[in-house]
Amino acid sequence: MSFSLSHPGYTPAEIMTIEASRRLKNGTVCFVGIGLPSAAANLARLMHAPDVVLIYESGTIGAKPDVLPLSIGDGELAEYADTVVSVPEIFRYWVQGGRIDVGFLGAAQVDRFGNLNSTIIGTDYAKPKVRLPGAGGAPEIASNAKETWIIIKQNLRTFVEKVDFLTSVGHLTGGDSREKSGARGAGPTAVISDLGVLVPDPVSKELTLAALHPGVTIEQAKAATGWDLKIASKVEAIAPPTQLELVTLRDLHERTARAHGVATTTD
Amino acid sequence: MTSNIMSLSDAIRRFVKDGQSLALEGFTHLIPTAAGHEIIRQKRRELTLIRMTPDIVYDQMIGMGCAKHLVFSWGGNPGVGSLHRFRDAIQNGWPNAVTIAEHSHADMAGRYQAGASGLPFSVLRGYVGSDLPKHNPDIKSITCPFTGEVLAATPAINPDVTVIHAQKADRKGNVLVHGITGIQKEAVLAAKVAIATVEEIVDNLEAPMNACVLPHWTLAAVCEVPMGAHPSYAHGYYERDNAFCREWEVISRERERFVEWMKANVMSTPNHAQFLTYAGIR
Repeated sequence: MSFSLSHPGYTPAEIMTIEASRRLKNGTVCFVGIGLPSAAANLARLMHAPDVVLIYESGTIGAKPDVLPLSIGDGELAEYADTVVSVPEIFRYWVQGGRIDVGFLGAAQVDRFGNLNSTIIGTDYAKPKVRLPGAGGAPEIASNAKETWIIIKQNLRTFVEKVDFLTSVGHLTGGDSREKSGARGAGPTAVISDLGVLVPDPVSKELTLAALHPGVTIEQAKAATGWDLKIASKVEAIAPPTQLELVTLRDLHERTARAHGVATTTD
Repeated sequence: MTSNIMSLSDAIRRFVKDGQSLALEGFTHLIPTAAGHEIIRQKRRELTLIRMTPDIVYDQMIGMGCAKHLVFSWGGNPGVGSLHRFRDAIQNGWPNAVTIAEHSHADMAGRYQAGASGLPFSVLRGYVGSDLPKHNPDIKSITCPFTGEVLAATPAINPDVTVIHAQKADRKGNVLVHGITGIQKEAVLAAKVAIATVEEIVDNLEAPMNACVLPHWTLAAVCEVPMGAHPSYAHGYYERDNAFCREWEVISRERERFVEWMKANVMSTPNHAQFLTYAGIR
């Protein structure tokens, strides 16, 4: 685990996870991706949102895992869920049926309009530089949830002007293009990174820097973004992690590492 | 009545032929690994492999030259990383060229549902704005006759053979699946021929009223294969072998090491029980 020198005591991945978790309200129905979204959503459940409803694409509704799942279909998710449904049911009735408040996604790349790539790196589909796992459930979540949040580390490989492959729709080409495309819901309303938080401009829908983690500068955020990053008129300062937030997150990761024999921290 | 209960090697020999389309389904849970190994042992070739989430067993089948085409929506080693044999086949054509047809999960689920329902196609909204339809000619569009909305339409999947793994069967060959049931029911009902491997065969299924039971007459073969899902898991029987999933990352990275491992552990063992002992798993 590497600790940033500018914020002794916690890592950029920890503040990113903690800030994402703070945004999740009690009672929200959240469709959770594996990895960072799952860590943030479960931290919220342990901290301030005991009645948040976590749904995983393996069909577990109201999952309450004691340790973080290593994969989307871990038995832990089913064991303590309110109910377990089949994969067709989770997508037809629950996602396409419009029952998801927040679709919480990760990706390999995000662009200036919040479109996501989880398919290939490189622009030749037939001969990709890197073949990624693919779409999974993300296209349906991105086009049917009432809103989506994206959690992703911010650097020049991940924050790109245009995604190499548009797997899951964000605000498409900006303005009202998403609405016109037939996608439902508000699309990406927040991108939470290890540097801060970006939100779409209300009219152009271009992602705009709205908040920074402690010790991070606007210049650092600009330098880690592959387009000319717009800055909100007032950039909020995100509060540092509380001792309780840090201890709870670390306990969760330690329990998970013990259970799976593998670390789930992402840095 | 002729029983559908038989050995796995007999079931694969009788029902799986070169050139067929084949779905080995399971959603992280209950992946029919033993059946995949038997198909590798019997050297089936030119298969169209269908699965929402191809993982280790498809990596093995692709790497051993069973596949010519792959239909999928997410390909990886869950919780670990990439599938190296899958990537090598797509990117470098080793050991043979494998073409792909790529979908989303909801689409694959819908295609199986259409297949199980005897309908020609499935509709969905999820490809709005996505580049996937540009690269997959099976994703077309259709206009709703009631609202005028343009939706994606994809053809039904009706595999020549579907194989699933489940917890138990009774002596008539009725099969009980529980826990994360994924897409298995639809994949069985969509198939021309369906095979189930099970952890155990029991006198009485003791299935709760709303449990997922596949009646014996929907299955051509039921085979008792304890730990047949390893390194995946069977809820109520054993957990996922995460250590093996991580080890696979190392075994599969280089072609030579992969082939050596497959020869030593799969090709040189007559059945799954021997494989488990030989590979040091049980």
